[in-house]
Amino acid sequence: MAKTDLIGGSLWEQYSEKVTERMNHPAFMGELTEEDAAAKGAELVIADYGADSCGDAVRLYWLVDPKTGKILDAKYKSFGCGTAIASSDVMAEMCIGKTVDEAARITNLDVEKALRDSPDQPAVPPQKMHCSVLAYDVIKKAASVYKNVDMSVFEDEEIVCECAQVSLSTIKEVIKLNDLKTVEEITQYTKAGAFCKSCIRPGGHENRKFYLVDILADTRAEMEKERLNTAAAKKSFLELTLIQKHKEVEKVIEQYVRPILNNDGGSVEVMDMKEEGGKTIVYIRYLGACMGCAASTTGTFEVIRNTLKQKVDDSIEVQLV
Amino acid sequence: MKRIYLDNNATTQVDEQVKAVMDPFFCEKYGNPNSLHRFGTEVHPYMREALDQLYAGIHADDEDDIIINSCASEGNNTVIKSEYYRSILSNSKKIRMITSTIEHPAVSEAYRFLEKLGAEVIYLPVNSEGLVDPEALREAIDPDITSLVSIIWANNETGLINPVKEYAEICRENGVKLHLDAVQAVGKIPVNMKQIEADFITFSAHKFHGPKGVGGLYIRKGNSIIPLIHGGEQMAGLRAGTINTPYFIGMGKAMELAVSNLEFEDREVRRLRDKLEDAIVKIKDVEVIGKRELRTPNTILASFRGIEGEAFLWDLNQNGVAASTGSACSSESLESNPTFVAMDIGSDLAHTGIRFSLSRYTTEEEIDYAIKVIHNTVKRLRSISSTKNKEYI
Repeated sequence: MAKTDLIGGSLWEQYSEKVTERMNHPAFMGELTEEDAAAKGAELVIADYGADSCGDAVRLYWLVDPKTGKILDAKYKSFGCGTAIASSDVMAEMCIGKTVDEAARITNLDVEKALRDSPDQPAVPPQKMHCSVLAYDVIKKAASVYKNVDMSVFEDEEIVCECAQVSLSTIKEVIKLNDLKTVEEITQYTKAGAFCKSCIRPGGHENRKFYLVDILADTRAEMEKERLNTAAAKKSFLELTLIQKHKEVEKVIEQYVRPILNNDGGSVEVMDMKEEGGKTIVYIRYLGACMGCAASTTGTFEVIRNTLKQKVDDSIEVQLV
Repeated sequence: MKRIYLDNNATTQVDEQVKAVMDPFFCEKYGNPNSLHRFGTEVHPYMREALDQLYAGIHADDEDDIIINSCASEGNNTVIKSEYYRSILSNSKKIRMITSTIEHPAVSEAYRFLEKLGAEVIYLPVNSEGLVDPEALREAIDPDITSLVSIIWANNETGLINPVKEYAEICRENGVKLHLDAVQAVGKIPVNMKQIEADFITFSAHKFHGPKGVGGLYIRKGNSIIPLIHGGEQMAGLRAGTINTPYFIGMGKAMELAVSNLEFEDREVRRLRDKLEDAIVKIKDVEVIGKRELRTPNTILASFRGIEGEAFLWDLNQNGVAASTGSACSSESLESNPTFVAMDIGSDLAHTGIRFSLSRYTTEEEIDYAIKVIHNTVKRLRSISSTKNKEYI
């Protein structure tokens, strides 16, 4: 919020001259027919995107040269506000002369830039950016109709914010790298959610597959999980719970003690563990050949005790059951 | 270029007579009416006259209060928050409050805020006529836990007039307070507080040819409010802040003129509105929301299939005609028209509503011109539109 935000009703004042001109005198508005296509030996492509109930709908017509894949002519019809009509108009113009593949690479940002009066001045206010998105969505739709494939073929990755073209992976990465805690911060770092705001949370201008609030919550949860895992690994033996201590002890016995005893046909098992005045007492019992072996209370016992003290923690005492 | 103003539900031109009565209170009689000296006291007779005009205008009893404030938004917030604060402060069980889905944001947003504080708010839907059904209100009231009912008297977008007399009776039977947002009623239809036993009503002067930034909150005898603005003892301690004397006095005059023009409003403004509406409904694929006889005499909300609302306004504006839309895109928040949603009007029409609102200053010539512009707009924008099954004219 600042001085410029205090006076409302400035929506139209923020439109560029080009938007106004295209809205008042759309140059590429209209329809193309099978007759038009036949006259040019071209294929007619018709694609619809959006819906009246969403406030924006556009129908794009292409005449495509089947030999070169070039778009020979383009026209559109649009249900939408002034910026939607202006965006569709400039989008149709941009398609002409390109191949279908080239056209499919036009983004809403290209459409918006083409409507700018000067390179640094946005053509439309932030909440109108979604109008240019529709213009590029319909291109992908037309390309998919022409190639008889699914629209998703033209989408390399999952886009969360269509207005600013920010992908799911970018948003997750930025949250993790910069330890972002709020949606506002995500918007500051990536511009996602800065425009029509539909992607911030459900209930906006249009329904989305992903919402920033959910991505933030999920990513924060993932980060917390990772943090806990790393922290657990670094904790000193004394801070561990008895169960965690038992795991550590078992690990060492399995790795260093049992192989030695197994060689002589014996083994050992941990019967119990107890915490007592800063010490951890490990109660063990011999199995197999070790039971009753003379060394089991002297040499063997010392090996087990010293191994646990060195490999796990010095606070460990061992008692035979 | 001609400029034709058909957006009188948004605001109105100040009547020259109103401007004239305000004028002395800027540079001559500028005293603070709470001062004891002559500068302060010389304003009092004019304030009394303005109060008389306001009381007479809405048929308030001398035992009732009309608090002068900044606008109906303030009045609505005052009533709604006051009732909730009272429940909290007295540890009362009365945390249920009832309103509708077609309220002005000054009511609906105040309730959304109270929900965050723990209020249980019921939003009554409208029926197929676009009105809040009295029986739905009756069902929603649980007298033990309900404190306040807030319903719009006449809707700003459709002009539809709610059956407020029935609400008042239902609320009285159940011992629940009734608050009516009368912004679009005052000056357009009779507002008689002797006949409609509501506890609170709110209005803004600029909707009836008075100045912006001044309004009134009517409080029926026996009710009290917790002030929204605490401070000095102005308005019997119910609304602090130095009284805006020129605007207050202007509002009194505006009320007097509005009431004396009610007959003109009902006859002449209605005639021109009907002329415009007749021309609009002759266009194919157009729907006007709400029956004529249920609406304020100056308002039309029309939906032109296949033309998005903001685009329509754009073309009207390019040709000098000012109207309005609550539909998506034109409002900066991009949300769809709550009245359309509440009235369950086809979702494909949700973004197509255009409101034309006349005043006693609207002329026949202006209406004739507006009809031409509307025709041209429909023709041009439908030629651009992708919507199927619509004809140009």
